[in-house]
Amino acid sequence: MAQPSGGAVTISADGRSVRVQAGVTVAAALLDLGTPAFRRSVSGEPRAPLCGMGTCYECRVTIDGVAHRRACLVTVADGMHVTTADGAEKASA
Amino acid sequence: MSAVAADVVVVGAGPAGIAAAVRATEARRRVVVLDEAPNVGGQIWRHRSVATLGADARTWVDRLSRTNADVRRGVAVVDVIVGGETGDITVVAERHLGGVDVIRASALVIATGARERFVPFPGWTLPGVTGIGGAQALLKQGATFRAKRVVIAGTGPLILPVAASLTDAGARVVLVAEQAPFQAVRDFALSLLTQPETLLQAALYRLAFLRTPYAMGTWVTAASGTDQLTGITVANARTTWSLPCDFLCTGYGLVPNVDMARFVGCATADGAVVVDERQATSVPRVFAAGEVTGIGGVGLAVTEGEIAGAAAAGVARVDPSLVRRRQGLRLVARRMERAFTLRQELRSLARDDTIICRCEDVRRAAIASFADSRQAKLYARAGMGACQGRVCGPALELLFGWQPGTVRLPLEPARLSTLSTAALAGAATSDAVHTGGP
Repeated sequence: MAQPSGGAVTISADGRSVRVQAGVTVAAALLDLGTPAFRRSVSGEPRAPLCGMGTCYECRVTIDGVAHRRACLVTVADGMHVTTADGAEKASA
Repeated sequence: MSAVAADVVVVGAGPAGIAAAVRATEARRRVVVLDEAPNVGGQIWRHRSVATLGADARTWVDRLSRTNADVRRGVAVVDVIVGGETGDITVVAERHLGGVDVIRASALVIATGARERFVPFPGWTLPGVTGIGGAQALLKQGATFRAKRVVIAGTGPLILPVAASLTDAGARVVLVAEQAPFQAVRDFALSLLTQPETLLQAALYRLAFLRTPYAMGTWVTAASGTDQLTGITVANARTTWSLPCDFLCTGYGLVPNVDMARFVGCATADGAVVVDERQATSVPRVFAAGEVTGIGGVGLAVTEGEIAGAAAAGVARVDPSLVRRRQGLRLVARRMERAFTLRQELRSLARDDTIICRCEDVRRAAIASFADSRQAKLYARAGMGACQGRVCGPALELLFGWQPGTVRLPLEPARLSTLSTAALAGAATSDAVHTGGP
């Protein structure tokens, strides 16, 4: 079973260390952090979750080094590293 | 890689999959259940804590947890191989953050549910535009919509609970728009007089967002904003107007997730898997239950799941009370489909430069002259991206009348290491046949 809400975990979001509620998905955490773009489309448009259930692939981010993970299907974990498309650009700039 | 043998493998742990797994374990079968989400429940019973679930949902989730079913969450099925003479079924699934599961079973229950239908309109790709069920899912995943200005616009009964829960969560729901005309919604509501508990539930939802207008015969024509949604344009039969908002939740009913079923060769009709009295598909040892056999709601999904689980476990007798319940619920589903028929205006919202395929950024003008979805995919990459046409497919059908193309491997985008495992699993089933879709 998923962890009941209440506790908090620390994740790294685009290099920034943030406390988020335990048990939430990466998508929920990133939305609440005001993430402007989860990914960039092939023509460079910002994109964010559409379907919330793993169908649309718009919420793809890199989680612990694994690219193209659907943020709406992965629960946050203490020490998890999450990188959005814009975050990756910032890191390499 | 982890390989496991089972009698019944159930794909999808929503209401239908849970009921199927419970019934199959009651018949003393070894059951493996696979689901993409972090937790069981599917979309309608999505939860982080069992305590937040309604009575029915909680009962079924508890029943599943008391069985010895091997429930694997956070895995995406990438391949299904229906064997030749032995008839065995091999399912290959990839764990989201690494690892591959290979399950061999004698029967498969496909309970892959449904997804939302999206209708493309100018601005629908902006961050801030989500599905209606999509917003509900994100809310249940822990996203907070507190103090956000939200518009909910689309069609069908799903609008009501989502408007209620977003309001409860502190969102400022400024408009709820239903595209179906008032008369159609009223007639559908009247037809529910035989099911007062459903009507009462709808009334309670409406009470929860009573301060928000619930406009019938009203739909969104465009969303605006540069890198983020800032407002929308809305229309009814008489006029159009604009209003600012932070989120637009929009969806136009549900589409059965038939890809896996079509891939293994199951017959479909009107976009849903065809099943017989025992929920058996046209492919031996493959059963289907829930929304994948046609949109009918949670009650029907559970009932079909119970029948499918018993049948997949080899129980010959079909419980007549379940058959009666299934019949009644299917009638309601048909009335609902008629009431919420999509209006013609929705087919012409997309302009030449409106993106239709969000994965490959294919605009309407790039595909409008093609003859079918196969041409649009081959020549313009529509439906070629990560979602494999699950978002644009129903839109292409609505806009151009194109049927979905062949389902190809992998069923979900997968890592190369997973695909090599899948290839080995296929080779190990020496007489296996990849039947493929039509």
